[in-house]
Amino acid sequence: MSQYTFTSKSRYTTFGLMAIGVLALAYGAINHDISGTRFWANILLEGLFFTFIALGASFFMALQYVAQAGWSVVVKRMYEALTTFLPFGLLAIFAVVIASAIGGHANSADIVYKWMQSDATDIAKKVPGVFDEMLVKKHLYLNVPFVIIRTIICASLWVYWVRLLRKRSIESDLTGDFLPLHYKNVKTAGLFIIFFGITEQLMAWDWVMAIDVDWHSTLFGWYLFDDMWLTGVIATILLTLHVRRRGLLKEVNENHMHNLGLWMFSLSVLWGYLWFFQFMFYWYTNIPDEVVYFQARIDHYRLPFWIMFCINLLVPLIVLMTRDTKRNPRYLILIGCIIMVTHWIDAYVWVMPGTLGLTPKFGFYEIGILLGFIGLFLYVVLSNLAKVPVSVKNHPYLEESLHHHL
Amino acid sequence: MSKVIVHALYDDDDKLRDGARRVRELGYGINEVFSPFPVHGIDKIMGLNRTRISICCFIYGCTGFSLALWMMSYMLIYDWPIDIGGKPNFSIYHNIPSWIPVLFESTVFCAAHGMAITFLLRSWLFPGVSPKNPDPRTTDDHFLMLTTAYSEQDVNALVGAANATGAVEVKQVASNDSHH
Repeated sequence: MSQYTFTSKSRYTTFGLMAIGVLALAYGAINHDISGTRFWANILLEGLFFTFIALGASFFMALQYVAQAGWSVVVKRMYEALTTFLPFGLLAIFAVVIASAIGGHANSADIVYKWMQSDATDIAKKVPGVFDEMLVKKHLYLNVPFVIIRTIICASLWVYWVRLLRKRSIESDLTGDFLPLHYKNVKTAGLFIIFFGITEQLMAWDWVMAIDVDWHSTLFGWYLFDDMWLTGVIATILLTLHVRRRGLLKEVNENHMHNLGLWMFSLSVLWGYLWFFQFMFYWYTNIPDEVVYFQARIDHYRLPFWIMFCINLLVPLIVLMTRDTKRNPRYLILIGCIIMVTHWIDAYVWVMPGTLGLTPKFGFYEIGILLGFIGLFLYVVLSNLAKVPVSVKNHPYLEESLHHHL
Repeated sequence: MSKVIVHALYDDDDKLRDGARRVRELGYGINEVFSPFPVHGIDKIMGLNRTRISICCFIYGCTGFSLALWMMSYMLIYDWPIDIGGKPNFSIYHNIPSWIPVLFESTVFCAAHGMAITFLLRSWLFPGVSPKNPDPRTTDDHFLMLTTAYSEQDVNALVGAANATGAVEVKQVASNDSHH
């Protein structure tokens, strides 16, 4: 028996969390302090955070095919289940883009993407404080129809390829002739990785960097890419340990956890590297129109900004350095949860200063939306996980994975 | 009888592992294993102690870090302060973000080179050293395990273990070790 059951108790828990999220949404919609930018900024924040987990898992899934990795076969169903959240998260982000486009068309300043406001690029009126000379020059790339078209194309192709990869992977367990399916998946995974490598950068600019539209960093796409990859791997670790606690996936032993822990360790260090160098280059050159991004964060969001960086870099670096902690589920769960929380704070620092201004706002509304999205995420992932056996039956590298030893 | 070194030559790393495991099960120690590439898990089978090279690595890394810190504070604060891009440069605390790339590179440089040199010295591998490798085939596609026999009974057990695990060649070499 290798079927995960999504028990009614956990199902009702996720329903409860979703109900909290719906209540928070309703409260935000009628409360005048929240409805408007704060309402949408929170949806964008949670949409980004949870979509990035699903995207990281999708990339990780494609990477295992392209790299011909053997060890990861036994945990394949875990990251495949995480990818199923992708369409839901992308819809949340898309809703924010559309809401901003509609608000901007009506020339409202109460939107997430301020550059979409029609007066911002109106050369005839040149409204002081709203008109932005730089935006006029960027208009060829950064205009509302083009952003919407890009988002639709990228999101639908990602979802198409990721679902195809998972579908074929599940099919290969049902047929004896699984090798052709595997080789098809290797090709699809290669296509997806090439497409994703380019479009992920574009989407990082459109969805996150365009919030602070006058600031740009060529490193930003990579920085978000590492964030996706890391949170995807941590979610895989947590899901694997959860399934194993149910008495399933006996074939996953501490060697597989060691490999996943290595990913968590090295991606955390890479994250710290990218974050620090993005920061240091702006700090060092000290060009006024470039430092505004960090000025807002260091002067007004000091606590989340620095604490997030120190914890995200130092905790995994020190704790996960030795072999034993990477093989111990308790450490993996503890460090995984800490990094997840601080990466949520990281996402908060991406979105909030550019949308809500310089006073950090954190209250029941933020917590409610977060809980709602956690509920939705867990419901989608766990119900999809329960649909197929968690143990893989047919895979060319299954034997290698079962005997994986570090 | 005097000490005899049993040379067991294998053409496959899995057979080598089996042979080494058999020898250890019989209660004998393994002097040395020669192999053209690192054989996964052989150190545990041989019963080697955990490597201390990571401790060396830490010490060399700290050395590199301190050297770079000392070098830059001497050059940029004490000896010849230069105003770069309007950055305050008269204290370590204010300069440290811009020094991190150099500190990092120096740490990695010293740790990597220190480890490599330590490893080569500890293995006594440098130009002019006569090779300890008893059989040149172990630099190509063969694996050699050396074990020590002190009696006729030992020889029989060790040669038997080597033959039973598929050794392609088994030799007995009288030891010229003066400490027998």
